[in-house]
Amino acid sequence: MTILISFVTIVMLILLVMAGVGVGGWRVLFGTVIPYAAIATFLLGFIYRVTLWARSPVPFRIPTTCGQQKSLDWIKPSRLDNPHTGLGVVGRMALEVLFFRSLFRNTRSEVREGPRLVYSADKWLWAAGLAFHWSFLIIFLRHFKYFAEPIPAWLLTIEHLDGFFQVGLPVVLATDLIIVAALTFLFLRRVVDPRLRYISLVADHFALFLLLGVALSGVYMRYFAKTDITRVKELATGLLSFQPVVPDGIGLVFFVHLFLVSVLLAYFPFSKLMHMAGIFLSPCRNMANNNRARRHINPWNYPVKVHTYEEYEDEFRDVMKAAELPVEKD
Amino acid sequence: MRDNGKIYLGLTIFLILITFPIWYNLATGKAGYAPELEKAVKGEDCVRDSAYMSANHMDLLNEWRDQVVRDGERFELLSNGTTVERSLSNTCLDCHANKDKFCDRCHGFLGVDPYCWDCHVIPGDHTP
Repeated sequence: MTILISFVTIVMLILLVMAGVGVGGWRVLFGTVIPYAAIATFLLGFIYRVTLWARSPVPFRIPTTCGQQKSLDWIKPSRLDNPHTGLGVVGRMALEVLFFRSLFRNTRSEVREGPRLVYSADKWLWAAGLAFHWSFLIIFLRHFKYFAEPIPAWLLTIEHLDGFFQVGLPVVLATDLIIVAALTFLFLRRVVDPRLRYISLVADHFALFLLLGVALSGVYMRYFAKTDITRVKELATGLLSFQPVVPDGIGLVFFVHLFLVSVLLAYFPFSKLMHMAGIFLSPCRNMANNNRARRHINPWNYPVKVHTYEEYEDEFRDVMKAAELPVEKD
Repeated sequence: MRDNGKIYLGLTIFLILITFPIWYNLATGKAGYAPELEKAVKGEDCVRDSAYMSANHMDLLNEWRDQVVRDGERFELLSNGTTVERSLSNTCLDCHANKDKFCDRCHGFLGVDPYCWDCHVIPGDHTP
């Protein structure tokens, strides 16, 4: 059901833009107004979410410790798995963000004959996740060539490496294949495993279908239903220089691609996709474990009115003496 | 832990990076630029209509290559009754004589670097 709802929503979105541009001829709406609205929603929503997170208290220093803590000099500390310096934290976060190190430790538990519980390494999610994220990053960077004029040389280097094998014309780009394969795997994973199917929500499937829709419409446009990309770049640079134009000669498939990207941008700040910013703010990862070396005081501590024993004794000394209670000071 | 400074710094860096094309185009001042192609030096009609050619010329060239190299079919009868040779150097470049002012205008604009010229001769270019 969750799959059906997500799938039908994406199909409806595609039909909407096809009807809007193909039948209604609303090229300005889908070519400029909606992309602008989507970009604004993305930027403002992103700032809003991060600001909200920045303002929420993190009262305690709670790094997860996955190795030997810094201790006496002759005990070797685990600098990345239990960092005690800022540099160690940067290293740990870099490995987390760039290579999903904690996901690499993913294990699967199964009940086998016996019955006995068996744990085994499970790298599939890590591998597919990494393949998807890196492909998406490279594809995202590659697309800057449609926005930047003249195109910086490093952008073209990326594309050259991506199309290293020079198969076909236009050259097949490796990331196009990898992203579709990885997204398909990530979707099937949620369908095949009954436990995962049970916990999958509309938000999970919708994000996957939306990304798949963006990728497939892009692939379809590059290799099959080609469109005049000179005009597309005119539109793209026009948008970003705030002199929007919608030139003639741009095919329907481009508007489908652009609309799905717009939906993705607008959906992004309000969805689980915000893990893009959230990963940097993971309290269990982004703090050094120096609790025993330095004293950390919760900056959100409420100013509590205290009455110390010395003050207590000062106040009741006479009464205490009269009752023959021991006092510390006379 | 109060890390607002670091968070807002990271957010600012992200926003600057993500809006990179806007700053870049402002700096280069070439926003809104669109390449103009040189008119064909002779002939009125191309082998296909221009809307098809601007989007799909690479398909046609690929098709021609297969037909010539694999099937030996060198000539094509166009819908207007004329016969043309299926040849990049002899047919396409006959009318679109200047590669710099025709092919490279859009290819440069879009960062496309086709490997046609690994084998084909650029007309007028006699460098070995």
